[in-house]
Amino acid sequence: MSTDTLPSVDARRKFLGKLGLVAAGCAGASLASGTLGAFAPKANAATGPVEVFPSKDYDWTKHKWAFGVDANKCIGCLRCVEACKTENSVPGNPHQFRTWVERYVYLEGETHAHIDSHQDPVNIAASGAPNKYRFANRYQNTKVEKAFFVPKLCNQCENPACVQVCPVGATYQTKDGVVLIDEKHCIGCRYCIQACPYGARYFNEERGAPDKCNWCYHRITRGLQPACVDACPVGARVFGNMQERESPISLFIRNNRVQVLRPEMGNSPKVFYVGIDKEVS
Amino acid sequence: METHAHWAQYTGWVFPNETIIDWTVLLAVYPYLTGLVAGAFTVSSLYQVFGFERLRPVAHLALLTSLSCMLFVPLPLLLHLGQPLNAMNAMITPHLTSAMAMFGFFATFYVVLLMLELWFAYRPFIVEQAQKRTDLLGKVYKLLTLGSYDVSERALAIDKKWVFWLAVIGIPGAHGLHGYVGFLFGSLKSREWWSSDLMPVIFLFSAIISGVSLLIVLYVVTCKLRRVEIDLACLKGMAYTVWAFIMVAFVLEWLEFANIVYKGREGVDMIMEFVTGPLLVPYFVLQFGIGAALPMLWLTYMIWRGTTGRALVVGVTTSASLVLFSVFMMRWNVVIGGQQLSKTGRGLVFYDLPFWGQEGALVAILLTIAPLVVLWILTKVFPPWDDSHGHHGSDGHSHGTPGLAAAH
Repeated sequence: MSTDTLPSVDARRKFLGKLGLVAAGCAGASLASGTLGAFAPKANAATGPVEVFPSKDYDWTKHKWAFGVDANKCIGCLRCVEACKTENSVPGNPHQFRTWVERYVYLEGETHAHIDSHQDPVNIAASGAPNKYRFANRYQNTKVEKAFFVPKLCNQCENPACVQVCPVGATYQTKDGVVLIDEKHCIGCRYCIQACPYGARYFNEERGAPDKCNWCYHRITRGLQPACVDACPVGARVFGNMQERESPISLFIRNNRVQVLRPEMGNSPKVFYVGIDKEVS
Repeated sequence: METHAHWAQYTGWVFPNETIIDWTVLLAVYPYLTGLVAGAFTVSSLYQVFGFERLRPVAHLALLTSLSCMLFVPLPLLLHLGQPLNAMNAMITPHLTSAMAMFGFFATFYVVLLMLELWFAYRPFIVEQAQKRTDLLGKVYKLLTLGSYDVSERALAIDKKWVFWLAVIGIPGAHGLHGYVGFLFGSLKSREWWSSDLMPVIFLFSAIISGVSLLIVLYVVTCKLRRVEIDLACLKGMAYTVWAFIMVAFVLEWLEFANIVYKGREGVDMIMEFVTGPLLVPYFVLQFGIGAALPMLWLTYMIWRGTTGRALVVGVTTSASLVLFSVFMMRWNVVIGGQQLSKTGRGLVFYDLPFWGQEGALVAILLTIAPLVVLWILTKVFPPWDDSHGHHGSDGHSHGTPGLAAAH
């Protein structure tokens, strides 16, 4: 969204500030003050006139967002996926998603799950259109031992690999813990897409920049829920501020034994799962 | 904006967003060119710094080759960027935790270093031409003298020192640049095929053999074109270099593969399915078999039997061509192969290389050939030939560089 700009501006200013310091060493203290004065921000992100980011009613130091997924509840209706596509102008094709749902099916006598998602050609054929999503009833003639759905989205990692590898600082972490993209500053190298272990990013050809879930940052900073959370009919998606002890997400984490995806990556994801098993990665 | 995305076919389970191969053939051309830069520079350094006298006939050609390739290194990247007009952001606002952020600085540093070294190496020649010629090119040479016409013994001794020290700095410069390209891939933990500590070293050694091989081919071809006798000692020197480094490269690449298989981490089943299926020919047959094992055995045989004359020329040139092909296949198998293996570890994506288009085969081929065209032009302006000990061309005209004799 267009609101995703300030922190990278901040980073640029910091860099320019450092350049200013180098210049200061060369040209003397008076020049230094002039250079720094020209580039360094005068106010911090939460206060000054240009820092109405993301809105003047929102203080990002008072929030620490987190997301919960209860896979036991998910029914694979894919309303979340369609809501997300509409809300965030995600291209209407079955190959690019900010959020998606995976289906895990264990057939009788088998030790490994059959996994598919709505991008699977069989499921696309069943939906009838590339911008409509549903799971085909492809296992109706088999004996299913266990089956469940797993919604996926950007994990807004505590240590995001995508932020680490971005060569220009166009993808960055906000103070409330969401990873955003400044697509105007992005060069479109796609290193971040390669670095994400979760496949959460896709490349938007029209904008020449990657895109991914940002937990509907334009909504959550205005007191709304992410579109997928609102659309979920069974409450499989939980969202909230971890700084508030009684928020839905705090209760979700406190009252359940939660796990994260691929913890061995060291990314420290902030999407917490309940009801997934060994096959989910 | 033109849309380049096309959906890739896949088998097994892959993440929905993975059904587009994001890094195309251009991203394989990029490390290939960088490797040629480092490899060609190695040859020049072996002569300038380590005193390998027999490499003298290609010492200047090596520098020009390195520069020609280096000038084109950023182009595949630029053609690939989603917002090429933002490219300079990488230098204006570098994000220092990114392995990619330093590329622009390293590349610029290296280009400047190469130009400086070339200037010092060619200075006597430039001065001579500036004084001799009255045409437009003469004016160019005049400009290139930068106002310094001093070719006294003392001045040349200083030049020589500069060339030596620039070559010394250039060794870590060129090799660091390429090891760094290997790090770009090796440091990504998201893909088992890339995530390897050995990756930078493998890139480095394969770079050296590719650059030296390119010089072998260039040297033999230019000798034939100029109807100059090939200096077999020089050719053998380069063949030894390839032979020595190819063994290390070969062992390292196998070690890496053995590591992946032996550790057997999550996703290894899919890797095995991959290398015994779609990657069988590109990886085992082309990269390892025909491209590496065959030239290695051939070179070993020639060195063992003391092959000389035409058989040596044919053998070494063919081996070098095979190595050039093998190293490209290595880049391909790393860059494209790595993306074909899904991050899920349970699926394979297929890359369909288009011929036309901004990121198609034609552009990739043109990008690989373009440095050779620039090199051809550069050799016209700065003749790198050292014919002082060989036979001159049939036209009796020597293109020998006075600077070569004077600068060293």
